[in-house]
Amino acid sequence: MREITYRDALHDALREEMLRDETVFVLGEDVGRYWKGAFGVTKGLAEEFGDERVRDTPISESAIIGVATGAAITGMRPVAEIMFGDLSALAMDQIANQAAKLRYMFGGQIKVPLVIRMPFGAGVNIAAHHSQSLEAWFMHVPGLKIAVPSTPYDVKGLLKTAIRDDNPVMFFEHKLLYSVKGPVPEEEYTVPLGVADVKRDGEDVTIIATLYMVHKSLAAAEELSKQGISVEVVDPRTLVPLDKQTIVNSVKKTGRIVIVTEDCRTGGVSAEIAAVVAEEAVDYLDAPVKRVAEPDTPIPFSPPLEKFVIPDENRIIGAVKEVVH
Amino acid sequence: MTLEKGKMIEMYRKMLEIRHFEEKVYELYGQNLVPGTIHLYAGEEAVAVGVCANLRREDYITSTHRGHGHCIAKGAQLNRVMAEILGRKTGYCSGKGGSMHIADFSIGILGATAVVGAGIPIAAGAGLSIRLRKTDQVVACFFGEGASNQGTFHEGINMAAIWKLPVLFVCENNLYAMGTRQSRVMAVENVADRAVAYGIPGVVADGNDVMAVYEAAREAVEKARRGNGPTLMECKTYRHRGHSRFDPATYRPKEEVEQWLKRDPITRFRATLIKMKTLTEEEADKMEQEVVAAVEDAVKFALDSSYPEPEEALEHVYI
Repeated sequence: MREITYRDALHDALREEMLRDETVFVLGEDVGRYWKGAFGVTKGLAEEFGDERVRDTPISESAIIGVATGAAITGMRPVAEIMFGDLSALAMDQIANQAAKLRYMFGGQIKVPLVIRMPFGAGVNIAAHHSQSLEAWFMHVPGLKIAVPSTPYDVKGLLKTAIRDDNPVMFFEHKLLYSVKGPVPEEEYTVPLGVADVKRDGEDVTIIATLYMVHKSLAAAEELSKQGISVEVVDPRTLVPLDKQTIVNSVKKTGRIVIVTEDCRTGGVSAEIAAVVAEEAVDYLDAPVKRVAEPDTPIPFSPPLEKFVIPDENRIIGAVKEVVH
Repeated sequence: MTLEKGKMIEMYRKMLEIRHFEEKVYELYGQNLVPGTIHLYAGEEAVAVGVCANLRREDYITSTHRGHGHCIAKGAQLNRVMAEILGRKTGYCSGKGGSMHIADFSIGILGATAVVGAGIPIAAGAGLSIRLRKTDQVVACFFGEGASNQGTFHEGINMAAIWKLPVLFVCENNLYAMGTRQSRVMAVENVADRAVAYGIPGVVADGNDVMAVYEAAREAVEKARRGNGPTLMECKTYRHRGHSRFDPATYRPKEEVEQWLKRDPITRFRATLIKMKTLTEEEADKMEQEVVAAVEDAVKFALDSSYPEPEEALEHVYI
């Protein structure tokens, strides 16, 4: 199968959905023909679909989401881009109080078919305002769905599903993933929300990982296999809805679990997954749940500082060995 | 005065509906029949009615926490508004929204948001949707002068201005944001003066004169419908009661309240209609009686309606 980058997979999903459905349009800061998106995802779309449907906005995150929401409740399917996930804080009312709640508050009268894309993640030394992983903020808001794709295949299939979904979908990318290549079929396909993917089969311990941590976990699993430890790597792919069954099934098989996420440990994604395991699979555990996460600091700038706080293969390997022995 | 007689009578009836509806809500609140809080529109009727009289059924409005009047002016049914305020299953939002979140998408009421200023970008988004769908609808976006200090006011109006979206931004300046007088939080006298920052027209209308509101809105709506972009329209008005619940509004000087009550929009419009011989005293009285009866019917409908089943709280989170 051909291999393309995560960036191109995103681009292709947007393009195909815009071709398929003329109510789909893109808006955000510098997504148009002059910059083509801060990470190049929207390259060529303005030229193909015009400036009306690939719309550069002022630096107004709150209005980007508010305008997208207003369009979504009146017949359009906007895909809004927030340049860096950290800036979602500026749009939080529109995301958490408006887009997420309108359908409910209005007694189900409407749908809100809105996708909000943004990159999270550290690793490129741009410090505390451009590097966070804030998935957990949004997990706490009923009404939002959350996708966290880790591969080119998943990102394309999930974005197409998200655009066709009638709920607001938070679509979280990771800035280190854009140049990652992987197999993506030429033909049409979609990936459902709420279905995890076992990225590697194993017997001794389960790793649950998201976004870029899937790749670090796979590298750790490869290394551990040389040392005789068989690791299963499960990627939930979406956090809301969360495929609890696949997580529980894996724990039933291995009896051990390490949860690897890049967000802060306290109140984080890993905490919710640990709670699921505690509620639904504790009888199958042969060792305590182990979490590998960011140690509750802002993301620092200097390379050795940043490297220190972001989970890496060695920490993952260490955590796996702790639960195995 | 270019309006036909029937239209003016219809506007007068809408104003009466809002006034009697709100006074009834106040009464029911005093009888502990209304859960939560209320923000009454009494005194500001000329704004919603003057603006909405320019709108078609398929045009949109966005509304606020003080939203009953907007909804009634746009054509919402008194029964279902009252039922929602009383938390009943037959309310517009099946009891999920209440007084501050009434919506009826079938007649373009895109809903009331209780976060001050949050509806402004949403209204701009509805305007963008109109543009992209290539219809000739317009959006009227209601908000108070307090909302004009929010970032969403700047962001939303700027976006509507640069893209020339078909939105009429209607600031209902009732002088007080809760207990905070406008002069304490704004260095300009008119919210409309802020329009210059966005390169769009800013107009001030007497918000207690329904014909003045109608005329100002007519021009702005026609301009928007022709694709010539948004207008910021400020209507100077006054709420008869406090901000919410039993707020006695002691922060407002007595003389000021008296001055504004003398300029009551309904009393004024009635006098105008009678002077113009559009209505007789008898006809006006009869209409008022009909409206009072309709409001009583709405109360009966609401009180006869059941509450939602508790488990319905779990519905409508996702589609």
